[in-house]
Amino acid sequence: MARIPDRQICLDLLGRMCLIRRFEEEAGRQYQRAKAGGFLHLAIGEEATIVGTTSVMRDDDFLIGTYRTHGHALARGTPADEVMAELFGKETGTSGGRGGSMHIFDAERRFMGGYGIVGGNLPLAAGLGLASQYKGEDSVTVCMFGDGASNTGNFGETMNLAALWELPVVFLVENNLYGMGTAIERHSAVTDLSRKAEGYGIEGERIDGMDVLEVRERVGAHLEEVREKGRPSLVEAFTYRYRGHSAADPEVYRDKSEVEEWQQKDPIETFIKACLDDGVLNDDDVESARREADETVEAAVKFADESPEPALESLYEELYVVSETMGWYAVDERSPEPHRGELGEDAPDVAKNLAESGAAHAAEEQERQSREGVRD
Amino acid sequence: MREALRDAMTEEMRRDEDVFVMGEDVAVFQGAFKVTEGLLDEFGEKRVRDTPISENTIVGVGVGAAMAGLRPVVELMTVNFSLLALDQIINHAAAIPYMFNGNVRVPMVIRMPGGGGHQLGPTHSHSFEALYLQIPGLLVACPSTPADAKTLLKAAIRDENPVIFVEHESLYGIKGEVPEGEDVIQRFGEAAVRREGTDVTIVGILKMAHVAERAAEELESEHGISAEVIDPRTLRPLDLDTILESVKKTNRAVIVEEGWPHGGVGANLSTLITEQAFDYLDAPVQRVTGADVHMPYSRRMEQAAMPHEENVIEAVLAATDGAIGPKGGD
Repeated sequence: MARIPDRQICLDLLGRMCLIRRFEEEAGRQYQRAKAGGFLHLAIGEEATIVGTTSVMRDDDFLIGTYRTHGHALARGTPADEVMAELFGKETGTSGGRGGSMHIFDAERRFMGGYGIVGGNLPLAAGLGLASQYKGEDSVTVCMFGDGASNTGNFGETMNLAALWELPVVFLVENNLYGMGTAIERHSAVTDLSRKAEGYGIEGERIDGMDVLEVRERVGAHLEEVREKGRPSLVEAFTYRYRGHSAADPEVYRDKSEVEEWQQKDPIETFIKACLDDGVLNDDDVESARREADETVEAAVKFADESPEPALESLYEELYVVSETMGWYAVDERSPEPHRGELGEDAPDVAKNLAESGAAHAAEEQERQSREGVRD
Repeated sequence: MREALRDAMTEEMRRDEDVFVMGEDVAVFQGAFKVTEGLLDEFGEKRVRDTPISENTIVGVGVGAAMAGLRPVVELMTVNFSLLALDQIINHAAAIPYMFNGNVRVPMVIRMPGGGGHQLGPTHSHSFEALYLQIPGLLVACPSTPADAKTLLKAAIRDENPVIFVEHESLYGIKGEVPEGEDVIQRFGEAAVRREGTDVTIVGILKMAHVAERAAEELESEHGISAEVIDPRTLRPLDLDTILESVKKTNRAVIVEEGWPHGGVGANLSTLITEQAFDYLDAPVQRVTGADVHMPYSRRMEQAAMPHEENVIEAVLAATDGAIGPKGGD
């Protein structure tokens, strides 16, 4: 383990990792209670990779991730309330209930989103990097993606373009050894992913993603180098998710013993031990970090629970920006009138009617599910 | 039309530093169809960027740059290659503003030339207006005149939404008046009535707007049928009001497009007309489309697979069925 930083930093790292762990455990529980729907991908076990990375990013740096990014948003400072509310599909969620677990977003903190298509965020990261370069800013983009994404065409295309244009992007593979249920040696011809962009002239480095201090130190070094030289780099962080790919994963592809082995290297427990051994933190600090995480998450569930559902008449909102260049938009061509909502003013009624018929169906379905206790 | 498009980009790039152009062979080569000729000289490599042949990533880089405040104009060499970028176009460019609840916008233009008629065969002759028309979150422009090309492209660049800008390869060489003035733009969602008429409404897009007009002239002179020709100019948003108004007057509609018939622009529009102006129709809505095959290379075969004036005239005669004109009397 790398050198222990000062007390304030240790408290911050511990606090954020505890928050993510606690948040994810609770998200899993709320999913079982059908408060959260759809898919739920938990990052329990991957806290050090996430927090180590964000702890060395500047406020004006961009972060972009995958569908497993509740923790990334939390680490960036997005309120747990809003992340939980998004999981609950509520109006107060980070994406107003339009995105869900896979699409958390926080422009204010430059968390540029969670994305549901494997590898789809890689070109976007290059675009964010291009914008920094174009505007002459020295912000850097950190693009986090899984080992599975390294097999997509986007990986090769983006590495090539980012290297060619010398874009300021740190590509960070969260290598948790599985692309969904397929082990890395079964999905990637080259399993040393840090070398996978060598052909594009991008140097890579393997790091221990379970060690928050190593992540902090090494990703910090990459960030500074990319910031200075304006060339992309690749970091492969070895990490592990204790839970399945999603909440609906029976995990037939790995042994329990493997999970237990990784849990021995638990990123939070090992960090706590190092801090206690060093004396930089004491038992009270650890206790209060855990308590605070408990309280924050408990409050987030309450907030999400009590938040309103998105308003039905907002179904068509935010699809387009209506402006001088597009003065109107027909909310739905199925609706007989009006065709031209004048600046959208006529739209809400029509939208509301359509939405209500859809919502009525959703309510029936929800009732059926709770009656039959359906939950995969 | 090629110059009109170039002028639109040049003017907008002069007006706004955040506008830049990127695509395969747009800079040094000056564009596969020479639309971007001269841009590199004036604006330099930072703002006129050659890209690798990586369509999905080119579009994705545009999306990311747009999310961070730039205004990219991406050229895909042809609409056929846009298939390689569908993930970024649909799952990202179109979805992002909505799925993030309007907390970020994707103000970008994706230009793509397409259409048949040049013996380019099955993989270089597509018309995908109908495909893009289906995607919520996108705007779709399909200009048929140099004036529209310029003023719509300027509007597209200024617009806050992602725009699919379809150009027809056969129209690049056509000439026409182009309005002067840097701030003259054509708003999206305003159809043009190219010719007024009373007996039948013909809707045509891109090259088919011209085919429709020529057919209308012949219908007038040879058959005594007065056809109103409408060019929607944009398919999203679609100026359905203008089309419905016309159909309510003429009571007959013929839709002409170069694309495939199933799920096409005409299929969509004829449904809308039937749903919303059924009581006004004196005949079923007719569609004139490209043949339901992959575009053959042979010149003869290719021409047979594309709509022509005679196909439009035939469809109009079927719609009017002798009720109008010298034979039936009006």
